[in-house]
Amino acid sequence: MTSERVLLGVEAVTKRFGTVTAVDAVSLAIRENEFFALLGPSGCGKTTLLRMLAGFETPNEGRILLDGRDISAVPPNRRPVNLMFQSYALFPHMSVRANIAYGLEMERLPKDEIRARTDAIMATTQLSAMADRRPDQLSGGQRQRVALARALVKRPRLLLLDEPLGALDKKLRGAMQLELKRLQHEVGITFIMVTHDQEEALVMADRIAVLRDGHLLQCGTPNEIYERPSGRFVADFIGVTNFIPGRAAPGGVAAASGLLVRGARPQGLADGAEAWAAVRPERLSLFPGPQAENRTTGIVEATAYHGLDLQVHVRTALAASPLLVRVTAEQAERRPVAPGDTVEIGWAAADTRIFAKD
Amino acid sequence: MAVRLVPSRSTVLMAPALAWLTALMVVPCVLVLALAFFRRGIYGGVDYTFTLENFAAVVDPLYAGIFLNSARIAGLATLIAVVVGYAAAYAIAAAPRHRQPLYLFLAVLPFWSNYLIRTYAWIVLLNREGLLTQLLRWVGYTGELPSLLYTEGAVIAGLVYNYLPFVVLACYAPLARLNPELREASRDLGGSAFTTFRRITLPLTLPGVAAGAVFVFVLSIGNFVTPALLGGGRFQMIGNLVYDQFLAANDWPFGAALAMALIAIMMLLLMLQAFAATRAEGRQSPDRGEAAHG
Amino acid sequence: MAERSAATRRSLGVVLALVFAFLYIPIGVLIALSFNEGGLPTVWSGFSLKWYGSLASNGQILSAALNTLIVALASTAIATALGTLLAIGVEIRRRRGRALEALIFAPMIIPDIVLAIALLSFFSILNVTMGLHTIMLAHVVFNIAFVCAVVRARLKSFDWSVVEASTDLGATALTTFRRITLPMIAPAVIAGALLAFTLSVDEFIIAFFTAGAGRASTTLPMQIYAMIRFGVTPELNALATLVIAVSVTALALSQRINRTIAT
Repeated sequence: MTSERVLLGVEAVTKRFGTVTAVDAVSLAIRENEFFALLGPSGCGKTTLLRMLAGFETPNEGRILLDGRDISAVPPNRRPVNLMFQSYALFPHMSVRANIAYGLEMERLPKDEIRARTDAIMATTQLSAMADRRPDQLSGGQRQRVALARALVKRPRLLLLDEPLGALDKKLRGAMQLELKRLQHEVGITFIMVTHDQEEALVMADRIAVLRDGHLLQCGTPNEIYERPSGRFVADFIGVTNFIPGRAAPGGVAAASGLLVRGARPQGLADGAEAWAAVRPERLSLFPGPQAENRTTGIVEATAYHGLDLQVHVRTALAASPLLVRVTAEQAERRPVAPGDTVEIGWAAADTRIFAKD
Repeated sequence: MAVRLVPSRSTVLMAPALAWLTALMVVPCVLVLALAFFRRGIYGGVDYTFTLENFAAVVDPLYAGIFLNSARIAGLATLIAVVVGYAAAYAIAAAPRHRQPLYLFLAVLPFWSNYLIRTYAWIVLLNREGLLTQLLRWVGYTGELPSLLYTEGAVIAGLVYNYLPFVVLACYAPLARLNPELREASRDLGGSAFTTFRRITLPLTLPGVAAGAVFVFVLSIGNFVTPALLGGGRFQMIGNLVYDQFLAANDWPFGAALAMALIAIMMLLLMLQAFAATRAEGRQSPDRGEAAHG
Repeated sequence: MAERSAATRRSLGVVLALVFAFLYIPIGVLIALSFNEGGLPTVWSGFSLKWYGSLASNGQILSAALNTLIVALASTAIATALGTLLAIGVEIRRRRGRALEALIFAPMIIPDIVLAIALLSFFSILNVTMGLHTIMLAHVVFNIAFVCAVVRARLKSFDWSVVEASTDLGATALTTFRRITLPMIAPAVIAGALLAFTLSVDEFIIAFFTAGAGRASTTLPMQIYAMIRFGVTPELNALATLVIAVSVTALALSQRINRTIAT
């Protein structure tokens, strides 16, 4: 569904506010029909980047290319790019229909066409029944759909979404994640979404760019980002990871206690340099089989039941904080553990990721 | 909310102030209302026989003319003050956020100096040897100068000057409250700066401005100091008429009826404004995504 | 904030500059002329403080200023006490009717001339001899409303659980008010008092109607009104400058004190 054609090129874009550099030399290539996510904690520059794409901020350096044309200096009302605001920014004095038609009126389209396109998008977004209501008479989910319809009806080359699900409650969010993805598929428009919610990004996006302090840390598919994080920050931000501090040693990282955590070392990490060994909780196993190159014993400190799985906190000599082990409910039933038990844990060397200390 | 406090405690705390307001505001106002229904005594004073002739006199062509004239002057002053005040408030709201409090303070500061002195400042400016005259002389104008003081223009200038800070404040509040993303959304959807102002900013802020305009109009139409000082007594407004009935003509019942008319105008305009604002209700909600109905 | 075009920003700056010029030039001219040496009110002839000196020896002005001070201090003291209690009473009340809100709000929006003639009629019919005391009684009316408004604004963000905590720790209602509530709202009370003082010092219309006959109860604004009717004088310029200075100082003080609690 994603073509290889690059729709939007962000080339070494930098934006400074006074002495603060909000976006620092970020480069991205976003493809036609892609669902792309800009992910990062608040203050990472993702929203500033999005606002530059929409035209509300001008980059200090670098270029923004849409279909190969530099649009850095084009004002927002002249860009074939639309933004769905985090607050939705629905016009409170206009009906749903008037809100949606507004953008088409700006294009001075014939009345019939405006009517037809407004009706069509309201049908797609299931808003036809509330065409004459005002925004304050709608629920949160309905407002979100109006905001989406208002932007989509203009058939932009690119739709920008600023925390599109941020204002919804948790249950509604899950349903809307799939709904948004379905809609994007249906209308065939490239989406760029800003979010601080890593789970949302993993579920919805075709590709994710992780930002921190204005820098682009990693860009890749959800699977790449989760399985092969480029650094400690990404590994920590996406999902849950156990970190074991130590120094790089032949074959892995030597923990403070002297135990060697086996794993592939990244290039350029010298022996003796401070480093982190990281391993996902679901890669750890209690009662490990013979294939686990890394193994140690520890004492179960606490267990927490999470429905499908059991999270076991095991204190070991490897790290100051206990390691988190995720055990399926089925496994837990077969070989139950309780706080105070001494257990052996282990994992394959291939599941260890090693990062230089930054 | 301290729901656990004994409810009667709040009554005890409010009692002294409410008693004061009742004795020295509610009762006197009711009294004036009552006065309007009595006859004027032969030697001034009040003859306590019921009549409606005072209200008839209010709509008598002679006084109705004064009413209309003061309404015209007050309306003109209000219009100018609202247009200028809105522009100023818009400029303040568009300034960098950290500068806005200073600008607002500077705009409102003159409001806190004495009303008489602010009016007097215009006498200094406009009198026969005032700054404006000297300025005209300085640029080489030697001809006969029309009197600037004691004109309708002077009265209007004085009213605008006195109430402009109030209008700026009244206009700033809805402009500052307006979610800036609404303007951005309009731009994003292809609206030009002017279209955005006409279709988004103006309709969303006007109801808030209306309340300020009503007050300026009522304060202007009931004003007697400005017409007396800058109009030189040549331009009677309702305030002057009331003043005369109480301190010169000694026709208190008629003065009371005029005051009631003033209050009635204010109430009517405020009700109209409230009605318009209710219809626009919700439009001012910051629109930060809370669901209105689940 | 969306970036406005440079041309728009420039024209908005010009609007603001023009409005400030309109607001400040008349007052500025007045203040400048108060330091004018010459007797001609509008022709500059050198810097001098002599008109301030002549103010100090003008008995009428001094007695009017004293009257104003008496009225303002008394009405501020009473209005601050009553207005603060009113604000607390209103805010701890569970149900607040529209009539109550209207009654508290009315003194702020009622045209001065209406309240003035109402009080004049009231005092005359009751055969009350009018003077400084009636002006003071009248000023308390609108000052209550303003003090109440300032204190209520503070109480909106007041954490009432501290009052409950104090009661829980064994304090009586009075002790709680004295040791907890009052110190916490003190900046708003002081700000309200300063506002009331300024309003009372500047008030003309109501004082004019409720002062009764005779010069003995002339307040400063009444004196100024009489002087303005007489014409432009350098002495009046000096007096006006002083009054502006006092009002602005009181207002700035009030703002500063009230801001300390907002942060």
